[in-house]
Amino acid sequence: MNRSRPALRLGPLIVGAFAMTALVGPALSPYAPEAIALEHAFELPSADHPLGTSDNGTDILSVLLHGARLAAVIALLSVGLSLAVGTTLGTIAGYFGGRTDHVVSAFADLVQAFPGILLAIGIMALTANPGITHVVVALSATGWVLFARIARAQTLTLRQMEFVLAARALGAGQLRILARHIAPNLWGPLVVQATSGLGMAILAESTLSFLGLGPGARASWGALLDQGSAVLLRFPHVALIAGSAISLTVLGFNLAGDWMRDLADARSVEANASN
Amino acid sequence: MNAAFVRYLGLRTMRAALTVWAVISLVFLMIHLVPGDPVDVILGDQASPEDRADLRRTLRLDQPLLSQYGHFLSDVADGSLGNSFRQRQASVASLLREAMPHTAWLALSSLAFALALAIPLGAVAALKRGRLGDRVATTAAMLGIAIPNIWLGPLLVLGFGVQLQLLPMPGSDSTTGAALILPTITVGTALMAILARQTRGALIEVLSEPYIQAARARGLSPATVLFRHALRNALMPVITVAAAQLGALLSGAVITEKIFERPGLGTLFLEAFFDRDIPVVQGCVLVIALIYVTVNLLVDLFYVWIDPRVRLA
Repeated sequence: MNRSRPALRLGPLIVGAFAMTALVGPALSPYAPEAIALEHAFELPSADHPLGTSDNGTDILSVLLHGARLAAVIALLSVGLSLAVGTTLGTIAGYFGGRTDHVVSAFADLVQAFPGILLAIGIMALTANPGITHVVVALSATGWVLFARIARAQTLTLRQMEFVLAARALGAGQLRILARHIAPNLWGPLVVQATSGLGMAILAESTLSFLGLGPGARASWGALLDQGSAVLLRFPHVALIAGSAISLTVLGFNLAGDWMRDLADARSVEANASN
Repeated sequence: MNAAFVRYLGLRTMRAALTVWAVISLVFLMIHLVPGDPVDVILGDQASPEDRADLRRTLRLDQPLLSQYGHFLSDVADGSLGNSFRQRQASVASLLREAMPHTAWLALSSLAFALALAIPLGAVAALKRGRLGDRVATTAAMLGIAIPNIWLGPLLVLGFGVQLQLLPMPGSDSTTGAALILPTITVGTALMAILARQTRGALIEVLSEPYIQAARARGLSPATVLFRHALRNALMPVITVAAAQLGALLSGAVITEKIFERPGLGTLFLEAFFDRDIPVVQGCVLVIALIYVTVNLLVDLFYVWIDPRVRLA
């Protein structure tokens, strides 16, 4: 199990730390993330402000803690929506095949013709007051395709398996086969993809906020990085802290995804070996 | 060229044309798919009724949907893509023509940077598999993938522009070659990392094939085996992946243009976004999607042409 790549174990650790931060962080936050104290703008770390302050004297630690919650909420909602839509469409396409499959696959190809983040910018551009819902919809608009492809490929294999044929021979209806026999066997690769997907969604939220297209709230890692970049020459600590938080979290989710993939591979190798 | 290839060419081109048509229609519908009145979104709720009526006419929102679609198609067909409504005299196409070369240069130099580093890095990792060289290259690739370009850009500015004072800072003259260096690294690093991984994997696979052992057995030098025999075959999937990453490259260019305050497609896109200049937003999305579809088509054709084993279906 992960003999060759012990570094991957950092992944679940970082993800766990991020999850805790998102869960209890806002409650521990020493200041309100938008609290203004102009006389304290851009201070270096001190006893009062452990990570220093940003423009308007906002406390960076508090912004980070609240920003973690925002990133986590957006990531969970957008990956959840992508997973639900993608799995449903992919399973239907893979199971019924034929024309249904053609339509779903063509639609997936079409959506993939847009680079995700740019489509998200396009969607945000047409909204008067972008909020969390808009970001979630914008990210899911392209996010579902990967899940659909995985679910379709899995279903194509599964529907040929003997236990599915047996269920069909016993007279089970299409819906019952899909829900009781196919769906429960899809989860492995989808969960792995969802883990990396969470990291990508956190990065996408940061990127949108960095570009000034975020969901309004100031307490966002991307927005903090944007403020920090504007004063990079005089107060580099703002950008350094925000950028490190984003990079570390994304790295953590990437490693966790690889870690789970290795785990799944090891299992399938062992299963094959014992056959 | 045989009949099967010609048939594939025809079918594949037709599918690309259908995708292009669907993309054009989706871009047209963008403005209608969004909840609420686009006029409210553009002008805000303080606008006078005259301004609102005027904008409604300009956007042709007072016409039936089908006739709006017809006008949109003819704007696409005559190549003007309609007019920007912040800069009434400028056609969307002229704004795009002005911006495109900047982004194209950035994307191409990033691609060149990524390939130039990824292939040696991947080759070293594959040849020194499991040893120090491999570990260093693999870790570098992992970090390269994980570091977001919104963070790499500011880091590079801080390191090379501020501390070392080696390279131009954002906002200075962006037409010089030196000004292209940091943006190129910002956009190209992630691609470089992905391609290095790909090269390593492909090369490891190729190196275990019998024809490589045969070449070695014939006493050819390791360099000849690597360059003339192994890399040639290993690079095929690498080139495919590089082309497939074009979308990421364009997204990266958009973000990087903001960081380095460079003109280009991304800057045009973001400005149009903040001005609510919907025709320009539509034009940008359309052009990006068209580039994407065209490149994917060319890659598919190239792949079939170069490797006849690919199933023509």
